[in-house]
Amino acid sequence: MSATATVLLEARGVGKRFGGVQALKDVSLTIRRQEIYGLIGPNGAGKTTFFNVLTGLYQRDGGDVLFDDQALDLETPYRVAAAGIARTFQNIRLFGNMTALENVMVGRHVRTKAGVFGAILRTPSQRAEEAAIKRRAEELLRYVGIAHRANDLARHLSYGDQRRLEIARALATEPKLLALDEPAAGMNATETAGLRQLIEGLRADGLTVLLIEHDVKLVMGLCDRVAVLDYGEKIAEDVPDVVQKDPKVIEAYLGGGVGE
Amino acid sequence: MSPKKIAGIVLVAIALLALPLVLTQVGTAWVRIANLAILFVFLSLGLNIVVGMAGLLDLGYVAFYAVGAYTWALLASPHFNLHLSFWAILPLGALLACIAGAVLGAPTLRLRGDYLAIVTLGFGEIVRIFMNNLSAPFNITNGPKGITRIDGMQLGDLNFMQTDTLFGLAFTGPAKYYYVLLLLLMLVIIVNLRLQKSRIGRAWVAIREDEVAAKAAGINTRNIKLLAFAMGASFGGVAGGMFAAMQGFVSPESFILHESIMILAMVVLGGMGNVWGVIAGALLLSFVPELLRYTVQPAQMALFGRMLIEPEVLRMLIFGIALVLTMRFRPAGLWPESRHKREMNEAQEKAAA
Repeated sequence: MSATATVLLEARGVGKRFGGVQALKDVSLTIRRQEIYGLIGPNGAGKTTFFNVLTGLYQRDGGDVLFDDQALDLETPYRVAAAGIARTFQNIRLFGNMTALENVMVGRHVRTKAGVFGAILRTPSQRAEEAAIKRRAEELLRYVGIAHRANDLARHLSYGDQRRLEIARALATEPKLLALDEPAAGMNATETAGLRQLIEGLRADGLTVLLIEHDVKLVMGLCDRVAVLDYGEKIAEDVPDVVQKDPKVIEAYLGGGVGE
Repeated sequence: MSPKKIAGIVLVAIALLALPLVLTQVGTAWVRIANLAILFVFLSLGLNIVVGMAGLLDLGYVAFYAVGAYTWALLASPHFNLHLSFWAILPLGALLACIAGAVLGAPTLRLRGDYLAIVTLGFGEIVRIFMNNLSAPFNITNGPKGITRIDGMQLGDLNFMQTDTLFGLAFTGPAKYYYVLLLLLMLVIIVNLRLQKSRIGRAWVAIREDEVAAKAAGINTRNIKLLAFAMGASFGGVAGGMFAAMQGFVSPESFILHESIMILAMVVLGGMGNVWGVIAGALLLSFVPELLRYTVQPAQMALFGRMLIEPEVLRMLIFGIALVLTMRFRPAGLWPESRHKREMNEAQEKAAA
């Protein structure tokens, strides 16, 4: 297989500075298709910043990203979504006063096209599209296992279900790469096990997953490859076993006195 | 639909159709009041798209009303000696308001909350001041004197300035406007309801709920927000055109900040985001002041033998109290969005189970 066929995303020299803080310094990494790629590092290492740059929410200072053999337009979030990158947020960001089903239906926005006039005139094509949006949203809720909460407001869902709903909304955009920002944060052991199953299922269905996670056990058990960020710099990138023994990684985690 | 529901709809329809004939018996003034109330429902529904659905606090909404009104006034009056047809002016008024909406929207895309409110407030004032001053060096708007002798509506042979008799019933000018307004209102309600349950409507609500998440979920927030401003404004444009035709006179005085605030109060009091709540809010805030006007004076004369409080003063007092009470006891409005209601039903079901 050629290199381009196996590589889904290639970040080259991505940098981001906030005032005097260099949050990302020349970060380059390569994510292969259908792999579960972990991004770890101590608090403040720049993991979420990398996510925000990748999804167009922050403007980068340098570098570029090649996605699916195309240069990614990092200036506009909706184009990133259209290109096939979907994400979840560390501090869950749902549309609280919309139902679970509606939340997922919003995710279909980028793959559908009915406009104002279609909606006002209820044209046959608009109605067909609307029905398809609803059907797909229901499927996705079943897929993540919260179909029974479809008509509940998102903000009334339990914490674990909200995480699942956010994943369903991200999946609704038909991503090639699903970026999950600390999906297991605040979850109990049972919920984490369920999440792990869900992520493995996603990969089995052909998706590539980029995962930020603090739960080291989860990352090491789940990820094919792991990159470690420290002070905005990538200090390691390899299979979990190797990364775990890397002295630089141990230093980054223990040297800070955090003690994971 | 259940037979009960159909019977209900038929009854409401008959009541709405008979209303102007009944009101004419009380006094033609009341038909005019009903017409103005419908216009305010119109405006509230337009503002509901911007504030209620998309969550963009717009304090200058009356500017679009003004654009619609002046479009009609300039194109159908002796001022420029133009007398275009209703079919040309009303859509044009809507279109111009729509453009004004987009023009206002474009520079405010990055603003939220208080900042957006202040900019839109300024925009509303700018439009009014323009209308006030565009009388020199070229007299476009006739300044504070306003534009008079504006053509009324004329549909074929049907003249809206005179009374016609049909089946032995006398239809006065205002009564005829009432039916046109009712028809337009039906259309606006349908448009609102359909937009609410569409891809675009969901995108608006998503932006209101969490703009960052909406962006990440693939919504082009810039275009969708502009669309909300433009759609909302076009409703204001239509209402403005009808206002000019009905009144036969427009001046900048009709488009002051107070009007924007009134319309916003209607949306908030009724229940932001819910079409029926907004309609209820608009009707309530349109009719109550008129009722006060006709009852306060006689009541005070009867009780105290003289006027203690002017109806105008009392009106602001009552509005203020009403809004404070609403915020205290029903913060989502008198008739909030169905989502909230659904929630309450669920709670009751759970309690019953």
